[in-house]
Amino acid sequence: MEVIKRILITDAAKEVIDTLRKRFGSELMFHQSGGCCDGSSPMCFEKGEFKVGSQDTWLGEVYRCDFFMSADQFEYWKHTQLTLDVTPGRGSSFSLEIPMGIRFMIRSKLFTSEELENLNPVTSGEERLSQG
Amino acid sequence: MTTLTLSESKPVDRPSVKAQYDHFIGGKFVAPSSGEYFDNISPIDGKPFTKAARGNKEDVEKAIDAAHEAFKTWSKTSPAERSRVLNKIADIMEENLEMLARLETLDNGKALRECRAADLPLCIDHFRYFAGVIRADESSISEHDEHTVSIALHEPLGVVAQIIPWNFPLLMATWKIAPALAAGCCTVVKPAEQTPTSIMVLMELIADVVPPGVLNVVTGFGVEAGKPLASSNRIAKVSFTGETTTGRLIMQYASENLIPVTMELGGKSPNIFMKSVADADDEFFDKAVEGAVMFALNQGEVCTCPSRILVHEDIYDVFMERVVERTKAIKMGHPLAEDTMMGAQASNDQYEKILSYLDIGKQEGAVALCGGERADLNSGLETGYYVKPTIFKGHNKMRVFQEEIFGPVVCVTTFKTTEEAIAIANDTMYGLGAGLWSRDAHELYQVPRAIQAGRVWVNCYHAYPAHAPFGGYKKSGFGRENHLMMLNHYRQTKNMLISYDKKKLGFF
Repeated sequence: MEVIKRILITDAAKEVIDTLRKRFGSELMFHQSGGCCDGSSPMCFEKGEFKVGSQDTWLGEVYRCDFFMSADQFEYWKHTQLTLDVTPGRGSSFSLEIPMGIRFMIRSKLFTSEELENLNPVTSGEERLSQG
Repeated sequence: MTTLTLSESKPVDRPSVKAQYDHFIGGKFVAPSSGEYFDNISPIDGKPFTKAARGNKEDVEKAIDAAHEAFKTWSKTSPAERSRVLNKIADIMEENLEMLARLETLDNGKALRECRAADLPLCIDHFRYFAGVIRADESSISEHDEHTVSIALHEPLGVVAQIIPWNFPLLMATWKIAPALAAGCCTVVKPAEQTPTSIMVLMELIADVVPPGVLNVVTGFGVEAGKPLASSNRIAKVSFTGETTTGRLIMQYASENLIPVTMELGGKSPNIFMKSVADADDEFFDKAVEGAVMFALNQGEVCTCPSRILVHEDIYDVFMERVVERTKAIKMGHPLAEDTMMGAQASNDQYEKILSYLDIGKQEGAVALCGGERADLNSGLETGYYVKPTIFKGHNKMRVFQEEIFGPVVCVTTFKTTEEAIAIANDTMYGLGAGLWSRDAHELYQVPRAIQAGRVWVNCYHAYPAHAPFGGYKKSGFGRENHLMMLNHYRQTKNMLISYDKKKLGFF
């Protein structure tokens, strides 16, 4: 079985990322937020804007964007596969897509026991940054 | 499939609103520098009902300018005068309570019943509370020795930035504005994108009673208006309520300027029902049942939503039977109908997020005891954002037990011993709220004492009176609100160390 990705993406989300890359002239990154209000949703920033470190987990790259979440949160998510999607809405926070009247969101699926054996390895945010 | 209990009254009339609202800067309404506005969509029907100014860095700078100018006088204004202004704001809100309540429902989607009974009265009382405490406020002085006196004087920080969430738009703004103004600070407030209107109408009502520039409101998107505000080197502090990633980013910006922050970031609050609760089927048992159903208050969009029910396994059947029955009886309907108990979720993306959690809950094996799906309402509400109140049965390691869903969803699990209850309660990244229900005198103190949360409700829930400090442990943030102690979040201490000795020390 090929290596299973932890984070996938819909075509609609890809289009939004393309638009934002052009608008900001930069690569992007994602950090999954916890907490109230606009929490439990991915936040999109320009690459490097949001500081990640040893307490964050890097889940992988999705459409050339690094996807992170805090390590303690990842402990509860590690058995699920995430798909980055968008939906029309009015979000708060500093996430870059908000002025467009849409919002990134995550759809989740439990890994099968077979998939769990073949997952993409994760590293800490700090390690990912030092990889360049 | 749960059938829905529907409200029966006709909705009251919507309040009239303008076609668009500008920023409130320096005591005046100022058009956005960009000339742009964005739609404000009502969750009642998913349709725009007005527009808000699309603020940017220029607007934020103007607001900070106005606040600094006003601070020159406001910082020297007597506590009696500051108190009078806060009392006047409270009076004006009280005179306009019904209109503001309907507007809050229109902006946020919550049931009118709640705005009338909770949001607005709490705002009014909050301004009055801080108007009161500031009159009795003192700094301190001590004589260190015969010739040396130390004065520890509270001074307002200056101009502060306050970023407000959308779940209780007027109340969350009040919790931040009241202590800041009471302490002598001037503020630049950025309301949430989902709910930028009710606060602007409030500004229209109080524009003449607040000195120009003391209170400024800039609406807009986080990345365009919030970021320049939080990262400005001309503010002395940021106060924020919202989610964890944004809280971290705000702390990052604040670290660049070495300024303090306070923040409240949500929770996954456990509501614990000890075995003694079911000792009798009396009015207290009924109160406990209501306490469990409190997850549905404000459509679950509360940082302290009691989103986990922990119930002793011996009373699970008798307790949960009543909780499920009471949940199924929650009346949904038009938020402006007077008997509606649960209204709409605040935006489409919130609605979609909740539905995705209903899905992951089922995938993980949680069993829906009721609800578990969207609510199909009609009569003009088809395109609104309605979700049925849902109870999931499962265990504490499931994602639905650990993540803040911010919707009308509660997850129930059982425990055998008090130690297990405490362990499950504390097995969360968050520590904002918790509830403990018991008839046992020992448990009433010892269990709350062991829970790692900033607010533990004992034999009650969802009460937020002024003069009870509120805030989080762990990833729920730091800093507190709602108590006179919080004046110190907006002040710093100047120590004057004075010598009355005429003789030199003898060093040089």
